Amino acid sequence: MINFLNTLSLWILPVIIVFILVYALYKKTPAYEVFVDGAAEGFKIAIKIIPYLIAIMVCTALFRASGAIENIENFIKPLLDYFKIPVETTIIMLTRSLSGSATLGVLADIINQTGANSYATKLAAVITGSSETTFYVASVYFGAVGIKKFRHALLAGILADIVGLVMAVWICSIFFL
Amino acid sequence: MNYIFLFLIIISFVCAAFNHRLDVAVDEMLKASQKAVEIAFGLIGIMGFWLGIVKIAQKSGLMDLLSKIIQKPLLLIFPDIKNNEEAQGNIALNISANALGLTNAATPFGIKAMENLQSQNKNKSVATNSMCTFLAINTAGFQIVPAVVIAILSANGMENPTQIILPTLIVTSVAFLSALFFAKILERFFK
Repeated sequence: MINFLNTLSLWILPVIIVFILVYALYKKTPAYEVFVDGAAEGFKIAIKIIPYLIAIMVCTALFRASGAIENIENFIKPLLDYFKIPVETTIIMLTRSLSGSATLGVLADIINQTGANSYATKLAAVITGSSETTFYVASVYFGAVGIKKFRHALLAGILADIVGLVMAVWICSIFFL
Repeated sequence: MNYIFLFLIIISFVCAAFNHRLDVAVDEMLKASQKAVEIAFGLIGIMGFWLGIVKIAQKSGLMDLLSKIIQKPLLLIFPDIKNNEEAQGNIALNISANALGLTNAATPFGIKAMENLQSQNKNKSVATNSMCTFLAINTAGFQIVPAVVIAILSANGMENPTQIILPTLIVTSVAFLSALFFAKILERFFK
């Protein structure tokens, strides 16, 4: 199974790229010229998202460094015990929406603390694999087109994250406990 | 967004003061602003590459083909892109790249889709319903195979890392559907 997945992920990009190029050849599209033209936009977009990224990343870094997460952890400990949620996984629940690189770091940390086959590791892995860094995605996607009023987009994203967390705890308890 | 911004910063400083970590917090804050620029610059290469490839697909007409195939289900979710074939194609590419776990490829498609949606937006600084829905389902991060996580698990010696695929798929599907649901419900209350 894991071999099949590795092969699949290895082949998928080359196949897509070759398919696009062959189709362009068939339609007589000047592939090189069009490619260069499109690639030029990469720079513009990257520059445009910088201010939005700074705003979001400063907020989330500050929040993590402030120790607020530990405060919340202590506060909700009884609730965690009741639902049989390992205390090590609270940090990943709280950082998942805030920072992608931090989440992978935290996952590695949980594996170190509890071992690769522990329930905490499995729960943390499912949480990491099943969601995205809400705040980062919002700042990049909306930043690239200059949207300043997000309306309900973030709220909807965060509510979905919460549903995802509850589901992760429930499904993991069925599969792994 | 203004309130979230203010709330996060103020609550963080209050907690930091309470935990005697103001020095760390200030330090991390300044480092993060530097990191933001590094991330943005790191995106240039990969973004340029994929935008170039997408442009070929677009010019050759492959995109229109793709958008025709998935038009029906897509229009249920995004009713206002009926005449916006480019948006349909890019949204389709973004969702399929995400589903395959190709986050790096998904981001440029997603940004292109946002640009297409922005082109039919009357007020350029306020997100439209479709933009919010599209963002919400992206933040849900639907993927069929969580390749990165599996790689980390197997590198760290988990016995059978593929055992997380099915539970992850269930959770991510529910999160995806609820993002869609919340976006559709909430759009009536935010003008």
